[in-house]
Amino acid sequence: MSTAQSLHQSRKRKNAVMMALCVIAAGIGLAWLALILGALLYKGLSGVNLAVFTEMTPPPGDAGGLLNAIYGSIVMTVIGIIVGTPIGVLAGTYMAEYGRFSRLTTVVRFINDILLSAPSIIIGLFVYELMVRPMGHFSAIAGAVALSILVIPVVVRTTEDMLNLVPNALREAGTAIGAPRWVVIRSVAYRAALSGIVTGILLAIARISGETAPLLFTALNNQFWSSNLNAPMASLPVTIFQFALSPYEEWQQLAWTGALIITLTVLGLSIFARSLTGRREDR
Amino acid sequence: MTAVSEAATSSAMRTREATVRRFAVTDMVFRAATRASAILVLVLLGGVAISLVAGSWQALSKFGFSFLTTESWNPVTENFGALAPIYGTIVTSAIAILIAVPIGIGIAVFLTELCPRPLRRPIGIAVELLAGIPSIIYGIWGLFVFAPFLQTTVQPFIIWLFKGVPGLSSLFAGPPYGIGLLTSSLILAIMVLPFITSITKDVFDTVPAVLKESAYGIGCTTWEVTRRVVIPYTRVGIMGGVMLGLGRALGETMAVTFVIGNAHRISASLFAPGTTISATIANEFTEADGDLYTSSLVSLGLILFIITFVILALARYMLLRIDSRTGA
Repeated sequence: MSTAQSLHQSRKRKNAVMMALCVIAAGIGLAWLALILGALLYKGLSGVNLAVFTEMTPPPGDAGGLLNAIYGSIVMTVIGIIVGTPIGVLAGTYMAEYGRFSRLTTVVRFINDILLSAPSIIIGLFVYELMVRPMGHFSAIAGAVALSILVIPVVVRTTEDMLNLVPNALREAGTAIGAPRWVVIRSVAYRAALSGIVTGILLAIARISGETAPLLFTALNNQFWSSNLNAPMASLPVTIFQFALSPYEEWQQLAWTGALIITLTVLGLSIFARSLTGRREDR
Repeated sequence: MTAVSEAATSSAMRTREATVRRFAVTDMVFRAATRASAILVLVLLGGVAISLVAGSWQALSKFGFSFLTTESWNPVTENFGALAPIYGTIVTSAIAILIAVPIGIGIAVFLTELCPRPLRRPIGIAVELLAGIPSIIYGIWGLFVFAPFLQTTVQPFIIWLFKGVPGLSSLFAGPPYGIGLLTSSLILAIMVLPFITSITKDVFDTVPAVLKESAYGIGCTTWEVTRRVVIPYTRVGIMGGVMLGLGRALGETMAVTFVIGNAHRISASLFAPGTTISATIANEFTEADGDLYTSSLVSLGLILFIITFVILALARYMLLRIDSRTGA
């Protein structure tokens, strides 16, 4: 009797210890998020002022802002999205609609998932070999192409997943009234899956607006205002990289402020994206 | 009268035929466009592989196999070897995975078994937000906040703790720089944690309730159910998640570039600065003068591409197996 009781006690104790460790693990995860956001707010907020949004990046040791970097980031992100989204949506459409059971879809899905997690610096090297080397100089358009290659797999994945969730009865109803396949896709399937597809695009924006590695040797950097797509262009992440590793205090402060701007943008986008589809997951 | 109505019908027939034909054409065009886009995804990956091979041809044909086994990296004498970056990449990723896996599984258990229902979603999202933070933010935070903290408190303590212990004392040998292999590993661990957590949580949710309930029914504790039922049932899926995290860690660039120290050598101590494949490329590519230098850096990229491709393919294969089981 007593051995049974002590066995019971030891099992309960072990359970309590392991469950406590799990709670601690969750605590660790949340603590890192708090620590990083806290440091960003603490170091970044003190540098937020009007000059950040109205002045160019300064030469070493001078005060200035991040206007050209913010502008460059927005331009390249927008072009990346405009180029990448249609390709991603169309590819996802093929996989979920026309070729749902074809072998091509299985292969594309596998390759797309690999592209989704492939190191972004490799994409940078690819675009360098593809565009920068033949053109002979760095350019904003090369940076935008590198970003669009990162957009495609994210959009393909969410588009396919969301179209697969659309009930077949809806498609059949469309076909039954005589609508051809592409009208059914456009007016029934897309409409039903719209919020999911938009979520995918938002997540893609969130992903590329913080990307640094693929821009390092495609768009490079530019200390001055430039709206020429055929010339190097500044971007927020690359500017942060350069400024943070510099020995100048003004630059480091600007790097922290830029980091805060990027993080708030990205986190805001991902929370908003999740809130679009969130309800459904709860069931 | 009849002639008129016949003419009307036949013209209606004709417009109808034209409409149907037009529909068929647009449908074909749309189908072709979607198919071409799907194929473009394949072309992209193929293009990446081809361009990397082409770009690294010069270096690989000059150094041959010894590129993989040479430690020296000397731009002046143009003698390049990839051993130090490969070593750094593998060591930092391995340590990161060792740290992140138990914590990730712990969080998944917490979220699926312990957490009160209303808190589940907020905490799950908070952990996933860690994945959303751009890697350059981890870098700047690691360099200015985390590394000084390690340098002044944790590292001296560990050096003091293991002083005179054979093996460990050389693994944790000073001086404490703050930046180095161990710091990079810790940052990587934080970065891959959300990937491992969310996949582990997802595969935990695929365990049929009846399996867990029957274990609880014979008196198992929560830990025993997790250890004996949930984890064995989802082993393949967890491995897939771990591999996915490993793939991320291997290719992670900016965060590591900030805190690794960029030294092309292999040291026994984890506190010593080192380098990884991606950090080397990020640091040196724009400054590389000479075709051989550039080509050597692209060769590093090719090696990284091959390693991550294999790891990610394995990860997907394992996750597919879990998916097909839940589908059946």
